[in-house]
Amino acid sequence: MVGTIAAVVATALIVVGSFFLLVGTVGLLRLPDVYNRMHATSKATTLGAASMFLACAVFFGPQGESLTAVVGIVFLFLTAPTGAHMISRSAQKMGVEFAGGATWPGATDSTPEAPADADPEGSDAESAD
Amino acid sequence: MSVATESVPIYLQWAILVGLVVASSVTLVAGYRVITGPTTPDRVVALDVIGTNVVAIALLFALETTEALFIDVSLVLAIIGFISTIAVARYVTEGDIIE
Repeated sequence: MVGTIAAVVATALIVVGSFFLLVGTVGLLRLPDVYNRMHATSKATTLGAASMFLACAVFFGPQGESLTAVVGIVFLFLTAPTGAHMISRSAQKMGVEFAGGATWPGATDSTPEAPADADPEGSDAESAD
Repeated sequence: MSVATESVPIYLQWAILVGLVVASSVTLVAGYRVITGPTTPDRVVALDVIGTNVVAIALLFALETTEALFIDVSLVLAIIGFISTIAVARYVTEGDIIE
């Protein structure tokens, strides 16, 4: 049913996809901050699932069902950065701080206890005074 | 399963099996971050990761059973995961999903 080249390529894509899923979850567990965790997962996990989609597209042949897999890759690459952006925006509005004393750009010397949803220009003008 | 045994090479079957084991265990381990996430966005990120892993599990199941129907299942799971992520992010931020 499935050719030898298609089987070898699908095997390689499955191995690559499993590796990226593993890397994404290790980053989710090990990194210190919600923004770092989102940076790890939104790239690596998306790439792993896209590799699985591509393995399905190779396995099921050029006509018919593999078009759904290609549509899935496009959908995943469109929606994963959008979801990560929405979560990071909500984390910033909730006031979740960076780990290690880093601050938002624009608020150069604000203390880590400052509210994270403050206006960057306003806090910059206050610090300039 | 007997159909898959006849037509699929043995290394591809082993790769699918190892991929299923890796994706399933990774999904279970991501539940740790859902339980002990320090903040709510940590939990939302972990649930997003779980959704993407379930998409990968559905794709591997499509490869194992050689049923192309499960690609559609995985696409629907991806759509539901995206919409739920957007809804939870809006609910946490605005306090309401649709105002």
